[in-house]
Parts: sequence; C-alpha cells; structure tokens
Amino acid sequence: MDLAYYPGCTLKTRAKNFETSALAVMLALGINLVELPRWNCCGTVYSLAEDDLVHHIAAVRNLIRVKEQGKNKVVTLCAFCYNTLKRANLVMKDSPDKRYAINNFMDEEPDYNGEVETVHLLQVLRDDVGWDKIAQQVKHSLADLKIAGYYGCTLLRPQPVAIDSVERPTILRDLINALGSKAVEFPYATECCGAYQVVNNRDIITERISAILNSAVKSGAEAMIVSCPLCEYNLRQVKSSTKQPQSGVRLMPTLYFTQLMALAFGLDPAVCGFEENSPETRAWLKSKRLIS
Amino acid sequence: MNNKPFIKRALVIGGGIAGIQAALDIADAGYEVILVERSPSIGGHMVQYAEVFPTLDCPQCIMTPKMVEIAQHPNIKLMTYAEVQKVNGSAGNFEVEILQKARKVDMKKCTGCGTCWQKCPEKVLSEFNAGMAKRTVVYIPFPQAVPAKPVIDIEHCRYIHYQRFMAGKQEGKKPPECRICEKLCPVDAIDWEQQDEIVHEKVGAIVVATGFDLMPISRISEYTEDPDVLNGIQFERLLSPSGPTAGVVIRPSDGKTPKEVVFISCCGSRDPEHGVPYCSRVCCMYLAKQALLYKHAVPDGQAYVFYIDTRSTGKGYEEFIQRAVGDGVLYLRGKVSRLFREGDKLLVYGADTLSGKRVEIAADLVVLGMAVIPSDGTKELLTKLNITADENGFITEKHAKFYPLETNVNGVFVAGMIQGAKDIPDSVAQGSGAAGRVLTFFAQNSITDKTMAAV
Repeated sequence: MDLAYYPGCTLKTRAKNFETSALAVMLALGINLVELPRWNCCGTVYSLAEDDLVHHIAAVRNLIRVKEQGKNKVVTLCAFCYNTLKRANLVMKDSPDKRYAINNFMDEEPDYNGEVETVHLLQVLRDDVGWDKIAQQVKHSLADLKIAGYYGCTLLRPQPVAIDSVERPTILRDLINALGSKAVEFPYATECCGAYQVVNNRDIITERISAILNSAVKSGAEAMIVSCPLCEYNLRQVKSSTKQPQSGVRLMPTLYFTQLMALAFGLDPAVCGFEENSPETRAWLKSKRLIS
Repeated sequence: MNNKPFIKRALVIGGGIAGIQAALDIADAGYEVILVERSPSIGGHMVQYAEVFPTLDCPQCIMTPKMVEIAQHPNIKLMTYAEVQKVNGSAGNFEVEILQKARKVDMKKCTGCGTCWQKCPEKVLSEFNAGMAKRTVVYIPFPQAVPAKPVIDIEHCRYIHYQRFMAGKQEGKKPPECRICEKLCPVDAIDWEQQDEIVHEKVGAIVVATGFDLMPISRISEYTEDPDVLNGIQFERLLSPSGPTAGVVIRPSDGKTPKEVVFISCCGSRDPEHGVPYCSRVCCMYLAKQALLYKHAVPDGQAYVFYIDTRSTGKGYEEFIQRAVGDGVLYLRGKVSRLFREGDKLLVYGADTLSGKRVEIAADLVVLGMAVIPSDGTKELLTKLNITADENGFITEKHAKFYPLETNVNGVFVAGMIQGAKDIPDSVAQGSGAAGRVLTFFAQNSITDKTMAAV
C-alpha cells in the first residue's frame, strides 16, 4: 500500500533518523510512504490570530500538493507538522469566509476546500495496520525494556485534532506493549516540553524537562519514546541551563517511536541513525546490547 | 366534565427530604398518602450529611423526627424497597402498579433486634457510607433507618448464591449454605420464600420527588480516580460523627491525618464541553462548610478551595462563606487543570487568576464538588408518568414562572432536586408547595381539568 507522505523540514535536517527509521519499519509492514514530489515548510506554528490568514498559506499549499497527487490523505511524522497541517485544514473546511480569502489570495493555485485529511503515523499504525500485525512483526524481543511514551502537546491539543484521548491517551502505551516491551505510564506524559521557549528562555525548558524526566524516572522508566523532534531536542537541554541547576535530574535515553519499532522488528540498526541521538541514548543502547 | 370517581389520596415518589415534607403536609391535612421509596429506608441524601449549612445543625437530629412521623402517621402508607412500575389514568383517578421488592424478611414478625445484621458474615460496600465503609448483606442502611427492619440484599447473599448454584443457575465454586441470619433470628422472621409483589393502588394526585445523584468522578478525565480523591458525599461521611471514622478526618489510603486538603468547585457543573451546562447550586456552600469542618477537625491543616465564583445567594450564605475565609480557608479563584498522584501526594495543577499565577499544590486529600444530576432511573419513571424532562434530565414544569410545581400532566406535581438543583431549604419549601397544590386540587368538588389554562 502506498501512502502520501509529508516530511517537513526537520526530518530532512536534525531528525533524519526519525525519517529513515519510519520509512524502513513501514516498508516492513508493507506500507510505502511516498514523499510528495513537491512540498514546503508546514508553517511551523499554527497562528492563533483570527485575522492572520497569511500564516496558514504554507500549510494549505502543502495540502493542495497532496490533492494534486490524487490523494485525500497525507501522513506526517513530525507532531508539529501534523498539528499545523491538520488545523489549517480545519480552517479551510469549516470557515467559509477564511477559505474564500485564502483561495482568493492564492490565485495561482486551484481552489482548496479542505478535502485532504492529515494523519499522524501513529494513527496509521493503530487504525490501518493494527497492534496485532505490529506484534507479529516483532523479531527481536525487547521484553526487559521499561519504556515511557511521552506525548507532548501537539498530538493531543487542541481537542479537534487530537489523535487520542486528550487527557488519558494510550496510543504510545499500546504501541510499546505491541512491541513486547513494558510500557511505563507517568503523569507528565502529556505536559508541554516548553516548545519554542527554548529559543529565548532556556530556564522554562529546564523547569519543564526536569519535571517530566523526574516523573518518568520515578515511575520506573529507563527510556522514553517520542514523536516530536522539538520534544526530542528539548529533552536534551537540562544541562545547558546555568540559572536553575536541577539537582538529581539526569537525561533519559530518548528514541523516536519508529527507532524502537526498527529494533523490535530486527531491522539493520543503520536505518535508525543512532549517531543522531543523544550520547545517553547511545550509551544505554550499548548497555542493552542493542547496538555495538 | 367526567363521571370518574375523584380519589382524594396521593402518591409521593421518593423518600428524601422533599418527598417526606410533601407526604407529611398532605397527610396532616387529612388525606391518605402512599410514600414509595426505592431504597430500604427513607431519608435520602440529607441524612448522609455531617452537618448542614449555614446553621451547622445535625441532619440526623433534625430529620429523624420527620422520618419517624412518616412511619407512625395514621394517614401515611410507607412502602420502602419499592418502585413505581406503571401508571394509568388521569388526574383524580390514577391507577398505579408498585413493585414491592422481596425483603426476604417478614416485616410483621421482625422486631428490628439487630441480631441478623450483627452476625451476617458477608460484607459489601455500604451505599449509605458512599462506599467508604462496608455493610452486611442483611442490613439496615444506617442506625436511624425507617423502617428499622432489615432487607436481604439478594445480589450478595451467600444462601441465595448457594440456591442458584444448586439449581444450576450459577457457575463456579459452590458457595457456603450459610443461613446464619435464619438460624439466629429469635422470631423466625427470615422468609426465603418471599417473592417480589405487585401492589395496585388508586390515587388522585402524584408528587415526583426522586432527587439526585452525583456525577461520577470518572467523567472528569483530567482528574484521577484515587482512594484519596473523594466526592462531596464521601467527605460528608468522613466528617460525620456517625460515619465510618466517627468523624475523625483521615486519608483513606493510609489512615493518616491529611494536612493539605484541596476542595474543587464546579467539577462537571458549568462545563458544557465535558459535563453539564448548569450550576449545581449546592457545591459552593457545602464545600465552604466542609472546608470549615475540616479546619475544626484538623486546626493545623490547610484547606484550599478552587472556585470560579462563589454562589452564596441564600439567607445567611455569604456570611457563612466569609466565616470560612475568616477561619483560614484559602480561596483560590481558578480552575484545576489536572489532578494526579505522585508518590504519597496528589498533585493539583491550578491557576490563581487573581494573582495571575500557576498554582501547584501537593495535597493529601482532594474533595471534588461533583455536579448533581437527576437520580438514576428517573428517565424511565418519567416515561411511565408521561411527564417531560429538559435536556439535562430535570423535570420541566408546566410553566416556569406560574406553575412551577405542576408538570405537563394534570395531577402530577414535582418537588426537590428532580425539578432542578437546589438546597435543603428550597427542597423543603418545594415539598410543602407541591403538597399545597395537591390540597388545592383535592379541595375541588370535581376533577377540574386545568391543563389547557392559559398562563
């Protein structure tokens, strides 16, 4: 099965390991993620200003590119891209005035009416592939690993774009269980990592990440899986703050969920690009004899 | 208008404070009343409370005389453990079928001595104590129950399970035959043969006073379900001198004294997205009362109340809130976004919108002011009575202003929480009001149909 795939900028730069591992595990599951021949930045952050329509245009253009391929569904990996595309589409679907203004502005593009559904890869895994089929694909038992799924914000908020229960999501837990590892649930799994505050206020990141990591450690997790490159980036940032030294906080090995899948499926670790992960992650993988 | 006999006899459905008041008023005026209550005792929710606002009197003390009066009133026929099943006819001439559930106890022989419920070996969670304690399977719900004679809870009785097993109707291990209550009863009142029974009654008017339940905590998905997260009625039982801890406030998980207690208003109320759109009207006051009673019980403890705005419109109510504030209860204007366990504490994430700050409290105990909702089973009853409810399940009055106690069916009246959220004084006033409307109707010489009257 072929699915239209929108990568977004980060997956071509800082998070190549997310993309290579995702393409490989989906191929193993019989799904070919076909990258759009032409795409641009998703717009990065969904603009909340009522009259700021120009910031939706990047996202809408991408959705038009999907439509041009004769597809009505596009898969994203980056949780931020998912959020931006999905919400821009809701504007085009549900707000006739805004749709009219945006279509008029983009007079070089065909009119777009919100026909393309944006889905996150986790939804494809749950709804199209199914946990049973994923469990059957497991070749390499990771049964002794205690893994926490960290959601962050953009997969779950706001409610109209949530891929799972906003308050009590289970999709990462279910994936971890399907892969045969022990899923650790922790109360901070849906807390914000601080997102773009990392640009100008690292102390916020330190405070948020410390709380998240401490909670995961207390709940017994030894590693974490994520779906958002920005969360992954921020989860490495505890040490760099000087103002708030967080005693007792240690960085946690962090993988993209597709990397854990690749390990469980017994794929060549090269597809995971672990050299892009944090040193803590690599050290932990070595200690578990998952990489050499 | 018609030649049907005009039956000047009333049926009151629901034995809480509204129904009790309605029944007593009608009976005192000289008319017969049948009071039907679903549970084994009358008393409703009021009798579960520790103390009642704003006067802090003891509800058992002020209510038991009324309950006993119901039982002894020559004009009142009390049917507990009974449910209305079918209603036919019209104003002045209703035919009612009432299901009298089998108590398995002969009410004529039983003296209420208590031997059976003291010796019964099987225990389940007590409804009266809101699951905070256990009761036996042959039981009276609470010591002041009216009638003070037990019922056998057949869903949990060992002998009933044994009988079902022997008849091949139940799988699993063979239950013990038990029958301890029967062996010990000094007057042979245990009656295993007793069956459910349909009782037919004719009445001229009906008062519906079926009351409320609390919305389940599980409806608020951002709050955790936890032994130390209680709803308002559960905390009443902890505060009550007749409760499972004799009024000593403890943390249910480990029995320690809670030093930081958070009370959260509007849990489900005023929240059309996740709960109900209406204000439950009693939570602001009872949470203030509970915070105050907690401060009396644990003077060095800290009570926090999260609120949207305090609604204290009754007589003496605002003064009561100010008394709680003066006694050291800390009011924080804001909502709580998350509540979860971390170690031996419950973390409460909220906002204090007056200082504009995020608030995080590590609490020992959290009390949720859950929304009041129509009592379970009301919808089915209303269908039997042909009366209408609003989108929230509360009974719609014939006219919100001028016929607030009448329903859309002539001869059927409404009182208490089931008309809409209200406190005890309003429920009692409405019980009396509904009784007054019944008596006005009974004072007519013939059945006057005012259904089409313009308002």
